[in-house]
Amino acid sequence: MITALLYTAAGLLLFCLGLWSFLMHRPLLRKLIALNVMGSGVFLVFVALAYRGPEGAPDPVPHALVLTGIVVAVSATALALALGRRLEEAERD
Amino acid sequence: MIDTLALAITLPLLGALAAVARPRAARAIGLITALVTTAGVAALVIEVAQFGLRRTDLGGWGAPLGIALQADGLAAALLAMTNLVALAVSLYASDYFGDGPIRRHFWPLWLLLWAALNGLFLAADLFNIYVALELVGLAAVALAALTGTREALTASLRYLLASLLGAITYLLGVALLYAAHGTLDLGQLANAIAEGPVAWTALVLMTGGLSIKAALWPMHFWLPPAHGNAPAPVSAALSALVVKAAFYLVLRLWFGLYDTAATLAAAHFLGFLGAGAVLWGSWQALRAERLKRMAAYSTVAQMGYLFLFFPLLAAAEPGAAREDLLAALVLFALSHGFAKAALFLAAGHIQQCAGHDRIAELSGTAQRLPATTFVIALASVTLIGLPPSGAFTAKWLLLSGAIAAGQWWGVLVVLAGTLLAAAYSFRLLGRAFGFEPTPYRCITAVHTEVPALALALTATLGLGLAGDALWTLLQVGGPR
Amino acid sequence: MTLTAWLPALIVLSSAIPGLVIFFLKEEQVAARTLLNMAGATVKLLLVGLLILGIQDHQVFESRLALAPGLELVLHADALSVLLVALSSGLWFVTTIYAIGYLEGSPYRSRFFGFFSLCVSATVGIALAGNLITFVIFYEILTLTTYPLVAHRGTPQATRGARIYLAYTMIGGVLLLAGAVWLQVLAGPVDFIERGMLAALPVERFGQLQAIFFLLIAGLGVKAALVPLHGWLPQAMVAPAPVSALLHAVAVVKAGAFGIVRIVYDVYGVEFAQALGLLTILAVLASITIVYGSVLALLQDGIKKRLAYSTVSQVSYIALGTALFGPLGTIGGLVHLVHQGLMKITLFFGAGNYAETLGIHKVADLDGVGRRMPWTTLAFTIGALGMIGIPPVAGFISKWYLGIGALKAEMDWAILILAVSSLLNAAYFLPLLYRAWFRDPPAAWPKESIPRGALETRASLLVPPLITAALALALGLFAAAPFGVLEWCRLIAAREYGL
Repeated sequence: MITALLYTAAGLLLFCLGLWSFLMHRPLLRKLIALNVMGSGVFLVFVALAYRGPEGAPDPVPHALVLTGIVVAVSATALALALGRRLEEAERD
Repeated sequence: MIDTLALAITLPLLGALAAVARPRAARAIGLITALVTTAGVAALVIEVAQFGLRRTDLGGWGAPLGIALQADGLAAALLAMTNLVALAVSLYASDYFGDGPIRRHFWPLWLLLWAALNGLFLAADLFNIYVALELVGLAAVALAALTGTREALTASLRYLLASLLGAITYLLGVALLYAAHGTLDLGQLANAIAEGPVAWTALVLMTGGLSIKAALWPMHFWLPPAHGNAPAPVSAALSALVVKAAFYLVLRLWFGLYDTAATLAAAHFLGFLGAGAVLWGSWQALRAERLKRMAAYSTVAQMGYLFLFFPLLAAAEPGAAREDLLAALVLFALSHGFAKAALFLAAGHIQQCAGHDRIAELSGTAQRLPATTFVIALASVTLIGLPPSGAFTAKWLLLSGAIAAGQWWGVLVVLAGTLLAAAYSFRLLGRAFGFEPTPYRCITAVHTEVPALALALTATLGLGLAGDALWTLLQVGGPR
Repeated sequence: MTLTAWLPALIVLSSAIPGLVIFFLKEEQVAARTLLNMAGATVKLLLVGLLILGIQDHQVFESRLALAPGLELVLHADALSVLLVALSSGLWFVTTIYAIGYLEGSPYRSRFFGFFSLCVSATVGIALAGNLITFVIFYEILTLTTYPLVAHRGTPQATRGARIYLAYTMIGGVLLLAGAVWLQVLAGPVDFIERGMLAALPVERFGQLQAIFFLLIAGLGVKAALVPLHGWLPQAMVAPAPVSALLHAVAVVKAGAFGIVRIVYDVYGVEFAQALGLLTILAVLASITIVYGSVLALLQDGIKKRLAYSTVSQVSYIALGTALFGPLGTIGGLVHLVHQGLMKITLFFGAGNYAETLGIHKVADLDGVGRRMPWTTLAFTIGALGMIGIPPVAGFISKWYLGIGALKAEMDWAILILAVSSLLNAAYFLPLLYRAWFRDPPAAWPKESIPRGALETRASLLVPPLITAALALALGLFAAAPFGVLEWCRLIAAREYGL
């Protein structure tokens, strides 16, 4: 139980760190990394939720959610990077 | 029997894929998909109205493991509005983009957005809502960036970051709820949720995330540039549908999932933010130099009106009075959706014909573009909340509720908002009657005006005179 | 689905539908537009005739539509609504003829006539409104449909005048809305019932009822041009003459005055309003407006401006009559609703004829116009004498009843107001008549655009003022005739006082 709680706390800490960084920094890349850190924090919370003690099999639902979440995060990051590149090109012209 | 719930999502999704595969035929594919999807959703809405709540477990997997879709009266009402607006936007876009280069990107993204919106309204568990929400956000951002200008790209990027921040915050709330109750199904959660710090924190996180996406003042900063710089049909969809979708989720959370009595103070807080949105958004709309910017700020104000209902709803005892308020809220949202879409479509028309949308230089539109001006006038009637629009009925009930609850500040905000809305609408309409020469480059074909006109008439006459039907529809399931 | 359930709705639609169709006509489709206009006006008159016959037969005409649970759109014909319905339908008919002639050849006529018809539909809706929310709905629609008419010319003055008009009426609309919703929260759905329905409320709500009364009167006072809410009216003079005629005689100011009548008699009930002490305040407001409007009219040198301030003054006779407690005052206010409409529209037709035919806009240019345009000037003279209150024109009847009503109500000071106002009316109208009839005409008119033929001006411009002047004269001469306006107003007053 302590283990799960530790992981959950770590996840929340990551989320807060990411949020702080997102709000404090202007550059796109930093903001994106911050968002991904926040995302990892949330995923960590989910993974910790799935833990059902050393004997029990883990809850499959949070795992499925995390997998989906990762896919979403990757696509969102890709879109942001693509937009950032286009913007840079537009500004160079 | 055909599962209309699944069709509402799969049809536009298939259309999107087809439009990617055959970009040359994107326009035809888009139009056909639009018609078929709207027909499918119409069938679904009629089913809900006739037989009550519809629910389906995809692949036969029940909650909490599988994915469930559910349509109650509230979902059906928003689906109806969304799909009618989307159909009009599609018809308009097929002329607006024509066979130009943008159409290859527009149609797949637009149909994806459509599928995601339908999915969002039908989702029956919190995580599916998250996925739909992200899909809506990503598709909307990409659409807003379509023109590729520097302003549009900057605005879209800002929009994307705000949207992602909102979604991730929402997701953390979902995680907390799952930790506490072991389920994500809306129905099961509604029975399980008890007051307590976890439930509270989850509600705050989810509401906070969603209000960024719903552009609740002061988290609206991303909206005006994004909606103001997108191509007209996209602006219409963003303002009429996308922000409404986020608001719909807030509504579900507050009055479907949570016991409201415990959250009166928080509801008041949201109400105050709404009041700020009404005043600030209207004031900025009044000062806007460009038509589309004005329309975008007007959206900020209109979202504020919706949140003004929250303290009243939270304070009302369950019963007829509360159902009236809830129905008025939905009526407001629907009227605004139709009217705002019409306004943006008309603005696109003016921009195409005049080559710009600077309000100070739009003299004489009443003479040159009478139908477009008529659309703007009709849409303004709804935005101001004048009769015979649905917004008037809704505003009457909002004022009634506020007076009955003794919330005089709410009454003053609504009245001030009405006057400000009249001021910014007629700043534009007054110019339209002027005779100063303005160069207009095109003679408009009648059929291009029809979608916007239909939307404006629905908002101003349809919902105003036939709003009573909404009460019957909202009786089906949904939040009490 | 009987006629009794449809007739009120049909009366509203008989001008709304032609109006909407006219929007889609091309500019050069003059014949189609004229046909639609005249067909609508004729059908409306016939339907109103049917309505009057039915009401005398004690039939109940009511159309209902639910907007939301507890909010209903109700069109209901009672004796009071018939008064305004008949007046606006009749005057719409003549004004349409006049407008067709007046606007001959000018641009954007489809837009103009479209809104013109919608504006009359809104007025009729106001007249037939069976409850407060219906009244508010049509009151706001009237604002919306008259705005384009005021802005019609598109000149900077026109758009400015329209903007001022809109600002006043929007603020008025918001006040009315607030009062109406508040009242409904307090008392439940507010239907218009003879002798009102509020007296039954518990005493501790009387304070709120007084506050609501002032909100409602402020909202209605904008359109009724009660001082200090009258500022829009002279500005709205930029509109084309038929619009001014309709605005001043039946549509906008009458909507406000009619609303005041409804609120006092059919919402509060005149006895209850008197008990709350509201009538005296209303009487004072009306009296100030009467004198102030007359004084300002005296100072204007534009003919239309002078008529505009005269309207400010004259419409408040209706409010004054409403505020004089007792059936005689009520009769005076109600007959003036009709009489002022007929006389004022005649005056505006006359002013429009002078402007359109000879380019005369100022009082100083009226010299000798009676010789060039005797028929127009005759009609104008009848209207002006009526306004002063000289028998046998209808205006005399109004003032007579108001005077004895004031005596009965023990408000003797109101007699003084009436006397002063009549003197002022004479002071600003008689110089016009003197110039027109007794001064020598100038060598050339300012801008003679319709040459003198067999008639002094176009027939479509000449016939309407002659009709309305004849009616104003007839209503005075045959005031006591059975089934006349006066008789009808007596009936209403008797019912409102439960006699």
